[in-house]
Amino acid sequence: MATIEQQENVLVEGLERLPVHPTTLVIFGGTGDLAKRKLLPAIYNLAHEGALPERFNLIGSSRADIPHDDYRDMARDSIKQFSRRAPNEQVLERLLERMRYVPGTFDEDAVYERLGEHADEFDGEAGIPFNRVFYLSTAPEFFPVIVGKLGAHDLDHREDSDVRVVIEKPIGTNLAEAKELNRQVLAVLDESQVFRIDHYLGKETVQNMLAFRFANGMFEPVWSRNFIDYVQITAAEDIGIGTRAGYYDKSGALRDLVQNHMLQLLTLLCMEPPVTFSADDVRDEKVKVLHAIHPPQPEEVPEMAVRAQYSAGMAEGKPVPGYLEEEGVAEDSTTETFAALRLEVDNWRWAGVPIYLRTGKRLARKVTEIAVSLKPVPHLAFEQAGSVGVQPNQIVMAMQPNEGVSLSLGAKIPGTRMRIRPVNMEFLYGTAFMSQSPEAYERLLMDAMRGDATLFTRDDEVEAQWRIIDPILEAWSRDPGPLPQYPAGSGGPEEADAIMREGHHWRAI
Amino acid sequence: MPDEGVWSAQDTTPSAIEAALRELLKEQHAKSEAYVPARVLNMVAVVDREWRGEIYNRLEGVGRYHASRTILCAVEPRRETIDAWVTVTATSDPRPGEIALTHERVVLDIGPHHVPALDTIVDPLVVSDLATLCWAPHGHAEAIDALLKLSQVVLIDSVNEPDPGAAVSRARQLVEDAYVVDLAWLRSTPWRERIASSFDPPQWRDELGRLSSLTVRHRPDSGIAGLLFFGWLCSRLGWEPGAMVQRNGELFGRASARRGDVELLLQPDARQSAPGLSGITVETASGMSISLDRGPGGLSARRRTRDGKESSWTVLGASRGEAGILGEGIRQALLRDPTYGPALGCAEAMLT
Repeated sequence: MATIEQQENVLVEGLERLPVHPTTLVIFGGTGDLAKRKLLPAIYNLAHEGALPERFNLIGSSRADIPHDDYRDMARDSIKQFSRRAPNEQVLERLLERMRYVPGTFDEDAVYERLGEHADEFDGEAGIPFNRVFYLSTAPEFFPVIVGKLGAHDLDHREDSDVRVVIEKPIGTNLAEAKELNRQVLAVLDESQVFRIDHYLGKETVQNMLAFRFANGMFEPVWSRNFIDYVQITAAEDIGIGTRAGYYDKSGALRDLVQNHMLQLLTLLCMEPPVTFSADDVRDEKVKVLHAIHPPQPEEVPEMAVRAQYSAGMAEGKPVPGYLEEEGVAEDSTTETFAALRLEVDNWRWAGVPIYLRTGKRLARKVTEIAVSLKPVPHLAFEQAGSVGVQPNQIVMAMQPNEGVSLSLGAKIPGTRMRIRPVNMEFLYGTAFMSQSPEAYERLLMDAMRGDATLFTRDDEVEAQWRIIDPILEAWSRDPGPLPQYPAGSGGPEEADAIMREGHHWRAI
Repeated sequence: MPDEGVWSAQDTTPSAIEAALRELLKEQHAKSEAYVPARVLNMVAVVDREWRGEIYNRLEGVGRYHASRTILCAVEPRRETIDAWVTVTATSDPRPGEIALTHERVVLDIGPHHVPALDTIVDPLVVSDLATLCWAPHGHAEAIDALLKLSQVVLIDSVNEPDPGAAVSRARQLVEDAYVVDLAWLRSTPWRERIASSFDPPQWRDELGRLSSLTVRHRPDSGIAGLLFFGWLCSRLGWEPGAMVQRNGELFGRASARRGDVELLLQPDARQSAPGLSGITVETASGMSISLDRGPGGLSARRRTRDGKESSWTVLGASRGEAGILGEGIRQALLRDPTYGPALGCAEAMLT
């Protein structure tokens, strides 16, 4: 029987939702697109489910000079438009009552003074110091400005409660910028206070990779160079750049998806089992994987990296423009909309196993998956004539659109002869769980409020990611183009085949 | 409208029903490979024939928490034969590149003489290797006893038993053979979470050792929910529960804690329409008190600190409603709460 002599809260045993300390959340960029589409709806959904801290306040801040009530109206409209469920009016109104707004620019001292006053007022009302979470949903150039001002106004640390800062991507556009940003942020805050968000890690599908690898004994024995021939990670999108030309043309596929999301998938796939699932144990193992990937030398880049742009083609039966014809894109842009890399994790487990990464826009369909191809069997005693034959086994972890795991196996074709063809043993998460996955931002906001950094990127992790990507970007920047083209709606450029080792093939998109 | 496969027969047998299920699944798959059967949980519900439609609708109302295969056994007086209706329903139309989940529903009209050996009728109809949850909202204890041979989980609602002593006794009996999900317990989850939260800030955690009185307000027929709540605190905090006695229409008792007795009071609240609790007040010897009551948009909370300072706020959360509670009960069949059994044991001690 539990006793209360321990300082633990013995009442939490058996509860699915653990208590979270009362929190005041400040959103810089509180009227921005991310706040409207993702953050405010996520906060509403947490409120609806009773998952927010028992006492919760929100302060929005941005340049728009509007009173509290207008901010609440904007928040109400955003939640109604973008929430994954129809809001309960009573819950929504009670949540809006706890919202305030501070207008101003992020370099303005008065903004931080007023934020401090509001937050102190909330503490005073409750009689306890709330934790404070500052969410930087702003353009990256404001990250150091805001963090500096938080420090200057003594909003960065508190004696009796926690202060955390959530930073959205991108963390720099190259290694030097990432290092400089980390330096500026860590000049004010301790790393344990910094939560660099990569919303990909908030997806259930991505977290399931850890369960797949470390909760199932059957895969571990084959999870090495001894049995795995090669790995391919694909994040394909069927859409174009839409209205994001301004951002995308500066970024490109490598920065947009490979440096962060795809390298996250790679590290989760290749990491050693952590001692515990604490934030630093997990992140230590991920960083070790990144350190084991040698950044390419400039002369190696053409052999291991391919970029391309989509040209005009067909999507969903309709003609669509090429990238260079998209609105807002310069005619001579050399921004890649497709990138494919071959990397190697040079450690005991993975040495010699190529890991292919591929991402692109306007591809044949939307799919995110990791395919692990096992080595072929050493001897074939089966008939080859009249059958597809024995193919190497492939384990495919699908993230979207259908989350699941499939394993290809050789099976006998019914009949009198011993003919073999591959069949799929398929598991779909949707068939085995009743619960709806929470939105990634719901999970990550709660983790930040709870202080669990497992699903956030650490400073050395971001820098290790850039160390791999930087030489490729540099090599590409020296090559003026033109870039190889692939028709919109296709499986990508033929040039991508060039980085595959002999006997390796891209899976059909 | 999502596609649906249907089969029915009168005076039929479990093996014919099982064959029909297999055939319907094959037909669905032939229509589109995107139709994929959900494979999470079997649920067997045993109900009175005259309330079959009502229970069917309640099960329809649980939304995404549908069991993968539901077998609804409706017991009809004087019936000798088995009639069956089988439907395989997709939750949505298949979309390109995506799956459409299907669920199977089997409705059986059976007679009273089928009940003692109900497991032999149901066994061929459940999906092998999936957990099976059984539920008898209209009593039918004999059916549950028969189904225990193939079920791992029993769903009960202790509030439905008018005598709290009998409710606790039956639940204690069932936990010996299966994992029990009690809707009366699930209704109190938000209350337990909030009390746990209230004492979570480090500066208030010590107050748990100074609790001096607990008052639980409840719908008049939901006293068992209050007892389970007391039982939870007794078992978690290491209190020795004493017997509860009637006093002016309320139940009063004490529990022995390390630093003295804790007064326990159960107050019926006629204004409360939904089953379960309507409010909780917790007081400590040092003068702190916390009250939680149902309110608009969540629980209305009030705290008085040792220095007499009061504050009030709303703990945000939407009511799940009775459909939500039933859905939660189905979901909980796949989880394990280690605190219900000890709470039930303490509740039993309070009734003896």
